[in-house]
Amino acid sequence: MTESNSAGSGFPTAVAVAAAVGAGERSAVEVLDEHLSRVEADDERIRAFNLVTAEQARERAATIDAAVAAGQDVGPLAGVPIAIKDNMCTRGIPTTCSSKILEDWVPPYNATVIDKLDRAGAVVVGKTNLDEFAMGSSTENSAFGPTRNPLDPSRVPGGSSGGSAAAVAAGFAPVALGSDTGGSIRQPAALCGLVGVKPTYGAVSRYGLVAFASSLDQIGPLAHTVADAAAVFDVIAGSDDHDSTSIPQELEPMVPVLGDGVEGLRVGILNELSGRNLDAFEPEVVQAAANAADALAAAGAKVDEVSVPSAVAGLSAYYMIAPAEASSNLARYDGVRYGLRRDGANTAAMMRASRTAGFGDEVKRRIMLGTYALSAGYYDAFYGKAQHIRTIMIREFDRVYQDFDVLISPTSPCVAFEFGAKADPITMYYNDVCTIPSNLTGQPAMSVPFGTGAHGLPVGVQILAPMLGEANMFRAAAILERSAR
Amino acid sequence: MPESQSKPRDHLTTEDVAKVAHLAMLDLTDEELERFTGQLDAVLDLAEQLDRFDIADVPPTAHPFGLFNVFRPDVPIEELEGASRAEQLREEALAAGPEVEAHQYKVPPALGEAP
Repeated sequence: MTESNSAGSGFPTAVAVAAAVGAGERSAVEVLDEHLSRVEADDERIRAFNLVTAEQARERAATIDAAVAAGQDVGPLAGVPIAIKDNMCTRGIPTTCSSKILEDWVPPYNATVIDKLDRAGAVVVGKTNLDEFAMGSSTENSAFGPTRNPLDPSRVPGGSSGGSAAAVAAGFAPVALGSDTGGSIRQPAALCGLVGVKPTYGAVSRYGLVAFASSLDQIGPLAHTVADAAAVFDVIAGSDDHDSTSIPQELEPMVPVLGDGVEGLRVGILNELSGRNLDAFEPEVVQAAANAADALAAAGAKVDEVSVPSAVAGLSAYYMIAPAEASSNLARYDGVRYGLRRDGANTAAMMRASRTAGFGDEVKRRIMLGTYALSAGYYDAFYGKAQHIRTIMIREFDRVYQDFDVLISPTSPCVAFEFGAKADPITMYYNDVCTIPSNLTGQPAMSVPFGTGAHGLPVGVQILAPMLGEANMFRAAAILERSAR
Repeated sequence: MPESQSKPRDHLTTEDVAKVAHLAMLDLTDEELERFTGQLDAVLDLAEQLDRFDIADVPPTAHPFGLFNVFRPDVPIEELEGASRAEQLREEALAAGPEVEAHQYKVPPALGEAP
């Protein structure tokens, strides 16, 4: 596979930066300054970052340059600036989840992914905006105000990892980390014309990721190119003693498989999520997924249509399960050990006042929904039933993956939409209809830019794969990337 | 498909939502109570789609990957890294507390009210 030095955007790729810095051809400080100058020029308008850590980043870049000068191997991401979604803990650096309740919280430890990036030579440039506690699909739910889509500032960048997507799309960093509970990496990647990966549940440690829905959350990369996403994935993936849900086995690296092609790969067009029979899908989006299947067939893949009937129930099951887990996870914000505290005459009143002042509307809705779905008398009808549907989905996908290696669908039903266009919660939830099934099954999925839709905005195509099926997923992604150019 | 088995559910009332808000330790204004009741009820409508599936012989899934325990050595941190390190970690954790006194988190009275 040919390695271009720059993405379609014209910004340098992470792979190119790491090669140049590692070889001593470019200094990490110079690379960093180039990116920080774009932040300075544009981020007042884009608002991708909650916090830019310029000073720490400069120190870190200088350390890398010194190590390169001393002849040391500084790692596969040598000098690569990276933006971090502000729901991953960074020691000594505020981690807010874009919520008033954590506005002033400074974590005493690093998330495992941060330590791994550090050991790989990456340079964290800042913490990016998100929908409060990652609940949303547009960043409009951030307590600190929304992020703008760099491709069209009148539109959202998607969410909840919208700040990370915008930071990469605007050239503030070649790569970023997001988290994906129902599509929060893949949908903003699609809306900003980027590659976004939701790894197999357990492939990347969640230690230090502020929990939203623990059985669905997973950290992954956003990047301009498939090769950059693979390089970051290889660094952050792997088992971790600090996360009891991390998969305790060696994972295959993705960078070596990118040039393998798709000869003989069995590709299924996922009928229920194709959008063909769903009115909310834009025609260009439906067409892009069909074109992607054609492109894979042209490259030697065997393409057929396939049905997963329960996939349509994903959205319903998700909105019982995710809020239930969230209501439990967010019980810890009580004004006692960290975060916002409001005065109250007794402990209970203090807790109520703190939570009421600290959480935004969407977070309150989901906490209440989850509390209801878990409460006596309703458990079986809502949360319990959704857990059974989850099993049905896993079984149906497992059966399909006996005959197929990867599946194809659109990522998002529409291109980037205007601010306020989906003010009704249900309308917003529906945006995640294609991405949610992979979170419920735990299976990996990624979005790759493939053509343009309405208003010339980018369209994302989703590639889904079975548990730990990332290699085939990345192989297909590399072919789609090449065909799209 | 047991579609006919499920009877229509009762719609959420503001009383239901007030009770849930109480359980979730959230205070709602009257306007919020009205608004959230309609919005939450609309989400519960989504659950009707789940009735289209026969779940009789299907076990529930709480988690996508077989859960297993991951053990680390059960050794006090003093033994691992020395007493001063344990002290330092404790202070770092307490530093995030809104109110701390004598190495403990301080809260208003749990029973009764502050004078």
